[in-house]
Amino acid sequence: MTLPAPLVAVVGNPNAGKSALFNALTGARQKVGNYPGVTVERKSGRAALPDGRPVELVDLPGTYALEPSSPDEAVTRKVLEGNQLGERRPDALLVVVDASNLDNHLRFALELRSLGLPMVVALNMIDMAARDGLTVSAEQLSQAIGLPVVETVAVRRRGLDAVREALEAAIGRPVAPVPVPADLAREARRIAAAAVVSEAPVRRWTHRLDRVLLHPVAGVAILALVMFAMFQAVFAWSETPIGWIEDGMAMLGTLVTDALPEGAVRSLLVDGIIGGVGAVVVFLPQILILFLFILLLEGTGYMVRAAFLMDRLMGTAGLSGRAFIPLLSSFACAVPGIMATRTIDNEKDRLTTILVAPLMTCSARLPVYTLIIAAFIPHREIAPFVNLQGAVMFGLYLAGIVGALLAALALRKTVARGAASSFMMELPKYQMPALKDVALGLWQRTVIFLKRAGGIILVTTVLLWALASFPKAGPGENQSEVSIAGRIASGIEVVVKPIGFNHDIALALLPSMAAREVAVSAIATVYALNESDEAQLEQSLAERLRGAWPLPTALAFLAWFVFAPQCISTIAVTRRETNSWRWPLFMVGYLFTLAYLAAGATYWTAVALGL
Amino acid sequence: MTVQPSPSDFALALDQLQLGRRGRVSAIDWALLGTQEAARLRHFGFDPDVMVEPLHAGPFGRDPLAVKVGRMTVAIRRVHARAIRVVPAD
Repeated sequence: MTLPAPLVAVVGNPNAGKSALFNALTGARQKVGNYPGVTVERKSGRAALPDGRPVELVDLPGTYALEPSSPDEAVTRKVLEGNQLGERRPDALLVVVDASNLDNHLRFALELRSLGLPMVVALNMIDMAARDGLTVSAEQLSQAIGLPVVETVAVRRRGLDAVREALEAAIGRPVAPVPVPADLAREARRIAAAAVVSEAPVRRWTHRLDRVLLHPVAGVAILALVMFAMFQAVFAWSETPIGWIEDGMAMLGTLVTDALPEGAVRSLLVDGIIGGVGAVVVFLPQILILFLFILLLEGTGYMVRAAFLMDRLMGTAGLSGRAFIPLLSSFACAVPGIMATRTIDNEKDRLTTILVAPLMTCSARLPVYTLIIAAFIPHREIAPFVNLQGAVMFGLYLAGIVGALLAALALRKTVARGAASSFMMELPKYQMPALKDVALGLWQRTVIFLKRAGGIILVTTVLLWALASFPKAGPGENQSEVSIAGRIASGIEVVVKPIGFNHDIALALLPSMAAREVAVSAIATVYALNESDEAQLEQSLAERLRGAWPLPTALAFLAWFVFAPQCISTIAVTRRETNSWRWPLFMVGYLFTLAYLAAGATYWTAVALGL
Repeated sequence: MTVQPSPSDFALALDQLQLGRRGRVSAIDWALLGTQEAARLRHFGFDPDVMVEPLHAGPFGRDPLAVKVGRMTVAIRRVHARAIRVVPAD
């Protein structure tokens, strides 16, 4: 029997460069998962010691102290004490401290000595310390704390060999626990002061940048520009690759259609799997670009500044500045947005943010909005440079934002009631992130997205395909009415008739539960199936809708889509991130209620106005 | 007879300290803070005798504050900064 490789836990304060060091030591071969029962990510990887022995490294969540004040920190403590489900007790610790912020980071390092585990201290960001005019002595620090200290610059991959050597020497060597000093913070400051050999006064870069980026006027203007550039990129840069994916899917569909005889298997493959999964993969370019921006903004340290600028505004809705980025991401897709709420450590803040994230107008709503607006809203200038169609689109976005803020306020007063939201964040120094770290992060988030969204979509599309395909329509019957889906639609129709929806919409609502944009193709299919007239088939879908739906119905349909939780992936990711069925079910309930009321109000107002 | 005032007589709440003005923490009223917030402030290094300096204020309602504490800068809301008493330096 072979013994498992020794486990080394990488620990340290947030912003110490822990993950960069972990990436540098393990390379791209990492396993990303979750600790059982909590939404705390577990990242592990392998590295080799100089003598060739393998070690397993695990990247623990950034932590200020052993006494936890967030779920992440609780995991760190449990792992270090050997009490965490799904993790054995580490054989050694690699403690990462920021050389330019020793007075703060040493406190945790000193506390960790009480665990009685072999430890190596990585004196990281030694280059940043030099930039700040600080000369720090690893030797003096090592003597003062009685631990091996290695200088590193993780983002530039410097000092890695020395880390490996120090780990090799430390693993397996028994150590006695060192009691925590009585005044831990004071002791940490004393040791830090002793380890700093010299300090030259310099104008710090971060300080100079913050003067502009946190400026009440210039800072807000720059944030608006950054956001604008991000959206521009998400929608403009993705056009071409989306075209490739659509063409590829179409080619694949044709290939399978030609290769297989007509029948249930072919229909399942082409209409169900290729069509359904394709509908999600099509969003991959947008999501990749969005993730790229988020990773860059996080890596440079700007993200926290954005949260700083927006905190007060978010606070009026009972949220914290930290909710800004998740909500911003939700404009592209609520799934990465909800995944990004993990950085919010106040539990009620986080829950509220998750529950309102689907109200942000995600890109999957765009095809629906575009189709209905093109069909029913005249292309007319209502003011110089303002087109009615564009104004309606803007109005729909605005309705989502206002709806989210009002919903957040209401939730904070009811189901998510609790301590007032708080905002306490470290503003890290600005730095250039290593491209390798960004690429790795992009890859990992993409895999998680595809696994979560792709898996769910695959299952639901197959299910919906089956519902829409069976039983088969007999001669003179209509598939869209005979099938199980058609019958369910007739049931739905009873409920949605009062808000102006017809059978076609009822039928489209069902498949669009998988993903909103499917509503468009579902409507297209209904009309393609029901129209046998060649001439009418050649009409565009928008033209056909114009003839078939009264205007109040179309407007009600738009209002419905502002609120309706028409997306299985969002529900699934909410279930995952809240660890219960209670909150996703609540979310679905309250959003459907809002959608129903909004659509009804729109329909009857429009009817009353004689539109 | 003159009574020498003690430094803490000049203490004011951190949110009253001018931006760019340094101060030394004289006391922290932990009772004004929730347990989680108190722990976080301690983790950030807020402690008696530590030098602090408010650097920036948020664009809306001049909230939150970016405060330099020791060698790092942290963002906290005014309502929490109020619990920290400081004596202005120089």
